[in-house]
Amino acid sequence: MKNIGLYLHIPFCRSKCPYCDFYSVKADASVREQYATALKKRIKAEMDDLDCKADTLYIGGGTPSVLGAEKLSEIVNSATPYLASDAEITVECNPYALSADFFKTLAFSGVNRISMGLQSANDAERRSLGRLSDSETVKNAVLDAQNAGITNISLDVMLGIPRQTEKTLANTLDFCVSLGVPHISAYILKLEEGTVFYRKQNSLALPDDDAAADLYLQTCETLERNGITQYEISNFGKHGFESRHNIKYWNCDEYLGIGPAAHSFINGKRFYFERDLNAFYGGAKPVPDGSGGDFTEYAMLRLRLAEGLLHSETEKRFGHKIPDEMIKKSAFFADKGFMELDGNGIRLTRKGFLLSNSILAEIL
Amino acid sequence: MQKKEFIRNFSIIAHIDHGKSTLADRLLELTETVAKRDMQEQLLDNMDLERERGITIKAHAVKLDYKAADGNTYELNLIDTPGHVDFNYEVSRSLAACEGAVLIVDASQGVEAQTLANTYLALDHDLELVPVINKIDLPAADPERAAKEVEDIIGLDCSEAPRVSAKTGENVEKVLESIVKNVPAPENNDQKPLRALVFDSVYDSYKGVIVYVRVVDGQIRAGDTMRMMATGAEFTVVEVGYMRPTFMEKTDVLSSGEVGYITASIKTVGDARVGDTVTTAENPASEALPGYRKVNPMVFCGVYPADGADYEALRDALEKLQLNDAALSFEPETSGALGFGFRCGFLGLLHLEIIQERLEREYNLDLVTTVPSVIYKIHLTNGEMAEIDNPSRYPDPAAIDYAEEPTVEAHIYAPPEYVGAIMDLCQDRRGVYIGMTYLDSDRVDLHYKLPLNEIIYDFFDALKSRTRGYASFDYELSDYQRSSLVKLDVLLNGDTIDALSFIIHSEKAYARARKIAEKLKDNIPRQMFEIPVQVAIGSKVIARETVKAMRKDVLAKCYGGDITRKKKLLEKQKEGKKRMRQFGTVEVPQEAFMAVLKLDDE
Repeated sequence: MKNIGLYLHIPFCRSKCPYCDFYSVKADASVREQYATALKKRIKAEMDDLDCKADTLYIGGGTPSVLGAEKLSEIVNSATPYLASDAEITVECNPYALSADFFKTLAFSGVNRISMGLQSANDAERRSLGRLSDSETVKNAVLDAQNAGITNISLDVMLGIPRQTEKTLANTLDFCVSLGVPHISAYILKLEEGTVFYRKQNSLALPDDDAAADLYLQTCETLERNGITQYEISNFGKHGFESRHNIKYWNCDEYLGIGPAAHSFINGKRFYFERDLNAFYGGAKPVPDGSGGDFTEYAMLRLRLAEGLLHSETEKRFGHKIPDEMIKKSAFFADKGFMELDGNGIRLTRKGFLLSNSILAEIL
Repeated sequence: MQKKEFIRNFSIIAHIDHGKSTLADRLLELTETVAKRDMQEQLLDNMDLERERGITIKAHAVKLDYKAADGNTYELNLIDTPGHVDFNYEVSRSLAACEGAVLIVDASQGVEAQTLANTYLALDHDLELVPVINKIDLPAADPERAAKEVEDIIGLDCSEAPRVSAKTGENVEKVLESIVKNVPAPENNDQKPLRALVFDSVYDSYKGVIVYVRVVDGQIRAGDTMRMMATGAEFTVVEVGYMRPTFMEKTDVLSSGEVGYITASIKTVGDARVGDTVTTAENPASEALPGYRKVNPMVFCGVYPADGADYEALRDALEKLQLNDAALSFEPETSGALGFGFRCGFLGLLHLEIIQERLEREYNLDLVTTVPSVIYKIHLTNGEMAEIDNPSRYPDPAAIDYAEEPTVEAHIYAPPEYVGAIMDLCQDRRGVYIGMTYLDSDRVDLHYKLPLNEIIYDFFDALKSRTRGYASFDYELSDYQRSSLVKLDVLLNGDTIDALSFIIHSEKAYARARKIAEKLKDNIPRQMFEIPVQVAIGSKVIARETVKAMRKDVLAKCYGGDITRKKKLLEKQKEGKKRMRQFGTVEVPQEAFMAVLKLDDE
């Protein structure tokens, strides 16, 4: 029996961050209650239907932690019957106003991985990103989680944010390293249409593209020196701490997403739930989003990974090696230092990751 | 000699914006009220016909019935003239079809460059001028000053000139009276063999070419075999008639003195060119009317479809436009950089812009055009002479004895305070000062000889901006003169981009080369590799810039919900690449191309 990834979307936030375009709304206690109930029901319905297990569970958002430890535990418990025994169970948290008990309760329900939004250890930078807590709060939350026995912790860091310099970034990375977290996600700020940042971009004092590229390379190098190795364009982990759930996305593996705006890829089909809470309560069927899993898509996703696109895996899935044409084009980029190419396959270098869109448009 | 005493044929001439169209509209309105009351039935019939055919007949010429103060009804033929120097020849043919011209002068502006240029054209054709002072409703209007300018500069008595406002309609009927009174009636030459002057022709997809004529001698009717005297082509006349403001009025016969149309299933306007004389095969005239010449393009450029797949569509569109525009020429051309396209010839830059706009708007084509060029005469050391309008055919400099370029004589009219600025501009454009005349205390005529290639792209804009819009400008072709020319090549990443090459005077080569290099640097988006931009004369690089390498593109996270979006983005990125021109290893978006072609002066 195959194992899929299970994703549960919690579409609530205390407040909207000015750069974020994910689906989230504000919710009072009764809405949270209603949603948790609906979600549990839906997990059972969808998973009974599929007749398979999930070996990863990821509760993301929004801000799952706004539901509180009790409800999160209930939700995890409702999914437990469908989980493999060694499942990776991640909950995303906003470190604001979390207690030591919060983590203890989660740990008790089986949660074994926490992903937290640090974004920056510099409080001025954090404020410009709309973060309500200071870095000390983040530090305490990490310690609380660790004390509760959850050591597999990931911190999100943002690059290319307003006023960020090489120095402030170095401080942020030091902050992460000194806390001993085994995983970092580092994203270059992208201005999404419809966000506050998008509207205000000219007054934000954002580092330019060249500076952002330098910050990215600085991050890769600093983390690498500290044993936190890059395994994806934006993700870094100590050996064995790579996100098993997220790797499913980049390996073109199957996953089921439940909740408004959650996406799924099952049996070659992509589909998603509408960004509409009431539709979800009403039991709306997911919206088809075309087929997935062809070679181009697989290659596009695999090339996000440091491991790259491998002949052996390609052969296993598609019955052929990486096409010669693609190898030939990659050789051109390898020559310029954007890619590497050997008997195992092809992959992007860091310099290549920075230009992955352009390069993929050429070689795929 | 007998006259056709109730016919008047006239044009309206004016400087741009002095109110020609508005006055024409008023005249139509004033006379159409009469027409409507008297000819209700006919008007309705013909409107049906027009509705059926789904076209609006353009008023290139229009017949108006006017009941004058003397109690007689006159047939007034108003013949429209294009208002731009590019179409000077057409203007001259329209004037040749008339006995008189209404000269409009703006009461606030007075005499301007095109006022004079058009006046001279009209006087060349012995037209009686009917001065009209327009825009008396404007606060800044000074009709008496404008009238005095006309008297002083043109030498035309304005004591009786109607002071009108075409906008409000004030005094407009006086213009009609003045036409009846002052424009001579045409002669009655009905008994002579047919001679009719073609002053315009338009292509109509139902009737074929509609030929607009002024009958000078004889008569023409349906069934006659018409013969074009310049080309010898013969056609059987299907229909003759008059142009009314909103419809075409079929008639049995067009006689001397009259203005009307002929249809004869003619396929392209090239078969009935403006300026040609129509006679009949049965009773041909011995001599054509004077003045016919084939208009030749003066400005050339390559026109390429942005998407190579549109090549056939572009050819179709050019063919269709040519049906209606005998001055447009084109022939296939290939560019290493731009692929398949056409070398097109135009009367001038305005003509070029009009054609380009029509191709883009009416035919939905995305175009890339190359730098416009004039025709250079390159004299080779072997004694031969090559006419070059395309930089790609520019001979090896070693084989060139000397080169010649076309010049124009230009008149620039402006208030005296701008003389310095205009002289600087003309100097900068390699102009040779010929003279300066004070037309009156606040208007100067600066007379320059200028190389044509210095005025074909942006001279008029530069002139306007240096004189805050006060200067007016007119020119006519002059002779060829010896010139020191070089060909500039643009190299991207070491590859010559043939479509960006152009011919320029050697003194201007360095400045232009630097500007081009800068423009390209600013307009070529950074790519994965550094791109050297070089501008060279032969193998000698005279300007260099570098487009820095792009270091990062948008790095978005990619989780479960992002994959479809990411895939679409990738497709879009690939699609976007198609809109780029691939030059060797360098991709140049069309916008960068256009920016280089539209180098402005500032």
